[in-house]
Amino acid sequence: MTTLVETETLDLAARFPGSAAVDTRPGYSGWIVNKDRLVEVATALRDEFGYDLLSHVTGVDYFPDKMEVVYNAYKTTGGPGVLFKVQVPRLDPIEVPSVTPIWPGAEFQEREIWDLYGIKFTNHPDLRRILMWEGFEGHPLRKDWHEPFYEEDFKPLKSRWPDGKYVSAEDKNPYKDNLQFPQNFDPAKVTLDGEAPLYDTLQKYTTVDAGIKTDHIIVNMGPQHPSTHGVFRAAVVLDGETIVSLKPVMGYLHRNHEKIGERNTFLQNMPYTDRLDYFNSMSNNWGYSLAVEKLMNIKVAERAEYLRVIMAELSRIQNHLILIGMLLNDLGAYFTPALYAFEERELILDIFEATSGTRMMCNYHRFGGVSRDLPEGVLEKIRGLVEDRLPRKADEFDRLLTENEIFISRMKGVKVIDGEDAIKYSVTGPVLRAAGIPYDVRRAQPYGIYDRFDFDVALRHGGDLYDNYLIRLDEIRQSIRILQQAVKQIPDGPINSQKPQYQVRVPAGEAYGRIEAPKGELGYYVISTGKPNPWRYHVRAPSFMNITALEKMCVGKKIADFVVILGVLDIVLGELDR
Amino acid sequence: MYGKGIIKGLGVTLKHFVDTYLDDIQWWGRRYYKTGGIAHRSSKDTRGIFTVQYPEEKLPVPEEFRYVPFLVYDEGADGKKEVRCTSCGICAKVCPPQCIWIVRSNDPQTGRPVPEPTEFYIDADICMNCGFCAEYCPFDAIIMDHDYEIASYQRNVFNMQKLLKPASYYRSIRPLNYQRNDEERKAKEAAKAAKAEASAS
Ligand code: SF4
Ligand code: SF4
Repeated sequence: MTTLVETETLDLAARFPGSAAVDTRPGYSGWIVNKDRLVEVATALRDEFGYDLLSHVTGVDYFPDKMEVVYNAYKTTGGPGVLFKVQVPRLDPIEVPSVTPIWPGAEFQEREIWDLYGIKFTNHPDLRRILMWEGFEGHPLRKDWHEPFYEEDFKPLKSRWPDGKYVSAEDKNPYKDNLQFPQNFDPAKVTLDGEAPLYDTLQKYTTVDAGIKTDHIIVNMGPQHPSTHGVFRAAVVLDGETIVSLKPVMGYLHRNHEKIGERNTFLQNMPYTDRLDYFNSMSNNWGYSLAVEKLMNIKVAERAEYLRVIMAELSRIQNHLILIGMLLNDLGAYFTPALYAFEERELILDIFEATSGTRMMCNYHRFGGVSRDLPEGVLEKIRGLVEDRLPRKADEFDRLLTENEIFISRMKGVKVIDGEDAIKYSVTGPVLRAAGIPYDVRRAQPYGIYDRFDFDVALRHGGDLYDNYLIRLDEIRQSIRILQQAVKQIPDGPINSQKPQYQVRVPAGEAYGRIEAPKGELGYYVISTGKPNPWRYHVRAPSFMNITALEKMCVGKKIADFVVILGVLDIVLGELDR
Repeated sequence: MYGKGIIKGLGVTLKHFVDTYLDDIQWWGRRYYKTGGIAHRSSKDTRGIFTVQYPEEKLPVPEEFRYVPFLVYDEGADGKKEVRCTSCGICAKVCPPQCIWIVRSNDPQTGRPVPEPTEFYIDADICMNCGFCAEYCPFDAIIMDHDYEIASYQRNVFNMQKLLKPASYYRSIRPLNYQRNDEERKAKEAAKAAKAEASAS
């Protein structure tokens, strides 16, 4: 299943003669587009060919000669996507036209590329750093950028074996040879005014004159605010209680997951994906193994396919349960509903623990299968849960909340986003489906064995907070349906189609593996050069993408609604900041 | 009627409240601090609050549970510790955060490398408990532990002395895995012996 075949129906070269050519590098697919005509091509793809959803934009550093920006767009009606790239020489200043005017969902991603690769996007509305802080030196994802304590470009590190000396990080003096300062740098004279550009853009808003003269005040929600579920901050301008301007500030939990990933071997990345959306390691693993399995061109063992579905759907159920529980926390119903939600989650985590070894950092997938089979008695426990206990739980939440008048008056009619805007902003997952767009990767481009199950794509049409709550219950019920079929059909057999190998051989090429994670489309864009380590490892994190539309969602609403909107967006900072 | 939904919801809360006591009565005296009671509380039939009163009560960990690894030694005839590790280095290579350091040495008489490592460090603060080392060790020499109570005031850099645990301990925490490994090893040895015999005759 290579994308080359999939994109053949679309002939960009005929539509843009001389400006678009098929990417012919071995293992690659898609199109290489001339930088000067990028905006034209992108517009045509959206308007003429119907690729309305920009899935992800990312950079690749082909050290030492070129940089590449990779775009991947899909149709919300389903089917394969189109992959197109722009190549530029690796000579500063590197400039590429921005596609944010065409797909506003590219805004934060282009900021990220600027931040991590130093590629400037001309015509971008607000090109600031996003994950690193203003004033940071250099662009860390470039292959020639090295951090303090830098040891080697690739793992395994030579110092560890066979005659290694134990060195702990704090024994290394950061002011010795590993740290580089700009010339004439004096730590005592540093002034940090990194916040100025943020407040400048925050002030760029237009308001309707209501006739009353009111002061506008700036409020910083976070980074330490209980409603942000982690260290996330939103700088907000308020007119009375109404939000007139909002800018998310993120990166507090940034650890450059992708750089770590490019140093790791292919297998070593697996446990790291657990730490992205730490509620759903079972589904995080899947996106990554999909991408690498595509590159390796291997099949997954039949029983493992079922195990993957079972674990991913259980994970979705517990994710949505927590979401509902914590949402009620944010609304002020302190902890009773949250703990009710945690009960069933506990039972699900017991299953994960018995099978994979830990409750949250499951590290369960291997290329070609999974790491362990279900121990004795666990399948019975899953059966008991999906036939009996979980359906009861969904009904219980219905009774507990769905008709509660206080809850309804708070949730109903507060529109999060409408379908059209959601697509423009690359919003995916339950939030998109609550706005009336039936887009679910499990159906739009089935992966694994999802085409064998009978289930409906949960859909609501209002797009308000209440629909966003209801759709979670709908999805729990659909997941239960899938699980009921899966536990009936699961065959016996091996759990991995490959021999256990600690160093896998991955042929050169690129692959994009995407799944419908509980929070939206989770994708991994992986490039191999045939070496033991991936050359590029990019995560399309649904939390990060969905937050792009946060300002759009919040402007005009009350500050109290911000808390709830953020709650239904279901962000998790491990994934958002990466 | 306004408020009907709220009352309905409160019914759920009331049910949760009563359920705990019902379960308490049904399991009179056995619901807490007893193995059976704890197992019941983590089964699908549990009702009401099923909080486990850690540290007074502890959930039993499943066999596959994994925490910072340890090194296995077999107890030799004269009480000598026969370390299974052969310093092959696979665990150090596969370890994602690279927290294993192995020091190897040569025999002073022959000058040839000895298989047993002279030192073996695991930086337990960096270890992400992924289990790869145990999964890919060809000699079942490194096994994931069940002991999760290792919080301390210092950095936890475990050396070989701290890491070594007897095979009997391995068997006690992971009986099924131990059995499987043992059978595999015996089968391998038998095959080897058979082969040696065949070539000798
Ligand atoms: S523990 Fe196992 S993998 Fe690690 S060096 Fe020893 S024998 Fe090799
Ligand atoms: S469990 Fe994982 S992180 Fe820990 S020592 Fe073993 S391989 Fe390394």
